[in-house]
Amino acid sequence: MTETLHNLYLGFSVALAPSVLLYAFVGCVVGTLVGVLPGIGPLAGISLLLPASFGLDATSAIVLLAGIYYGAMYGGSTTSILMRIPGEAASVMTCIDGYEMTRRGRAGPALAIAAIGSYIAGTASIVGLMLLAPPLASFALRFGPPEYFALLLLGLLVLAYMSGGSMLKSLVMAVMGLLLGMIGIDPMTGFFRFSYGLVELGDGIGVVPVAVGLFGLSEILLTAGQPTATEIKKPRLKDLLPSREEWRDSIGPIGRGTVLGFIIGIIPGSAHIISSFVSYAVEKRLSKNPERFGHGAIAGVAGPESANNSATSGAFVPMLALGVPSGPIPAVMIAAMMVHGISPGPLLISQQPELFWGFIASMYVGNLVLLILNLPLVGIFVNVLRIPYPLLYPAILVFCVLGVYAVNGSAVDVGIMTATGALGYGLRKFDFETAPVVLGLILAPMMEMSFRQSLAMSSGSYAIFVNRPIALVMLAVGIALLLLSIAPFLIKKVDWRQRLGVAGGQDAREKESI
Amino acid sequence: MTTDRVSASVLVLFALLVIWESRHLPLGTFHRPGPGYVPVFLAVLLLIFGVCLILTAGRAPWLSSLRWNEWRHALAILLTCVFAVFAIERLGYRLTVLLALVFLVKGVEKRGWVSSLAFAFSMAFGSFYLFYTILRVPLPQGPLGF
Repeated sequence: MTETLHNLYLGFSVALAPSVLLYAFVGCVVGTLVGVLPGIGPLAGISLLLPASFGLDATSAIVLLAGIYYGAMYGGSTTSILMRIPGEAASVMTCIDGYEMTRRGRAGPALAIAAIGSYIAGTASIVGLMLLAPPLASFALRFGPPEYFALLLLGLLVLAYMSGGSMLKSLVMAVMGLLLGMIGIDPMTGFFRFSYGLVELGDGIGVVPVAVGLFGLSEILLTAGQPTATEIKKPRLKDLLPSREEWRDSIGPIGRGTVLGFIIGIIPGSAHIISSFVSYAVEKRLSKNPERFGHGAIAGVAGPESANNSATSGAFVPMLALGVPSGPIPAVMIAAMMVHGISPGPLLISQQPELFWGFIASMYVGNLVLLILNLPLVGIFVNVLRIPYPLLYPAILVFCVLGVYAVNGSAVDVGIMTATGALGYGLRKFDFETAPVVLGLILAPMMEMSFRQSLAMSSGSYAIFVNRPIALVMLAVGIALLLLSIAPFLIKKVDWRQRLGVAGGQDAREKESI
Repeated sequence: MTTDRVSASVLVLFALLVIWESRHLPLGTFHRPGPGYVPVFLAVLLLIFGVCLILTAGRAPWLSSLRWNEWRHALAILLTCVFAVFAIERLGYRLTVLLALVFLVKGVEKRGWVSSLAFAFSMAFGSFYLFYTILRVPLPQGPLGF
């Protein structure tokens, strides 16, 4: 414990340096704006500023990008509550009760609880990250290729299992992503695979163009041309204070959302999105008045908003401790760290303590900055939405093209973004989830490498995956998840994910009406 | 025909295409996989999942129930992106963005000439100034210096 406090002191000495503080502030402001704007999520925001971070030192760069990530979680709630427009996907659940509260004249308390819940969850989950990452990193030093292969396979199966829809469809998408990840030079033999003479594809398909295409561009394609609400209800500062009853109804959901979000955040996938869905369903189930959900229940704002903020910290645990990205955003952040010659993984904490603890401390500072920014300045941020959508989406499109092009200075990447945007549009029309595609793409090279290295280690014997206890446990959990997902077909029982889907179904209807 | 059946059929065709395209890659053996082993394995997996999806697709919505109201906008946006792919390094960032925005705002959204041009100019030059000049993000200038 003393060592942790000493390290944290070291971290604060880094994070409170004026330049790092400035980048944390800039990241938070950009993140809030990114969160407010529909169609441009944290990934597109991070991609936009990724090239700008190349000139910074590693700590400032990672602090800037992390600020955008959790800033977007804060910003996304503002438009969900005031206009029923989820600025980014994790805020979809907040629309339901948040906007109902606005219609009933309680926009101020909804915004305040969202911001305070986000702050509490953000800060508490950093404690979790701080305490969990170092021992996990020490444990991960025992990992060899078989363990990494089992871990990555488990990650994909967990994501498929946790997805709200059909596990079969999610698995199809994950395999699709893995196949996309096969493009480029085979790292073990040097063979070019599926590159069709394009030099740019030699290193494989980048995460940024695929993710911006599948998430950002496909969103623009789906929403352009649709009528949008223009009415903005801006609460005054004095209206922000929640009543005593609202405080009482929010404490439990904030606590549960924090724990749930952090745990789900560690699991690979679009953790911040899934966590808000799970939190909403849990709160509705635990509530004494479930009928109030959908009609302005403050617990329906407090829980999901706390969960999605907590999940961002959770997502950093596997990224920092294992070097395994739990989704597209941590993957881009790993890429940013690698540009600076830093490899995240079990040795990062011991070899780069200033970076790790500086990053942790900057998150405490960032969450405080966001709380200060989000409450009094909420009126300023929502003004962005006064821009008519026929002007807003072309501007977002420009930022998508700019962000994707700037990462490698390659027009081929813009082409990949266009193709994956069209693909994402089609997939979403046909009710497929796109997150597993991106995760598959990210994990494919690591999975293939660890699979083939494992076989090389064992002279071609597949028994290596079951002879090593850690790998065996992870594979057993993966198989158990597969069996659990098949079980409802065999015993004709509605499983918990479908019950969650019922809670989420209301959200889907809300989304359609946006 | 249900939506799942249509999409699964496309996935099956895609899996077959991957298997066909992998024929040039050395497959290796079961115990010593070559560069073609994992792609072929994944394509076979996709094929199996696709067939399973076709078999269980009966309860999915009908294809005719899908609404495509936004297709004109979607097509225009995709065409704009294709234009950007070919133009960004030939015409430069500012000219490409200017032309793309004029097309979208004036051509697709039917806004007035003055507001379209003002918006396109300010976005093209403003974003270039912010990212290229202030944030030092390298962006192409094109032969005309734009």
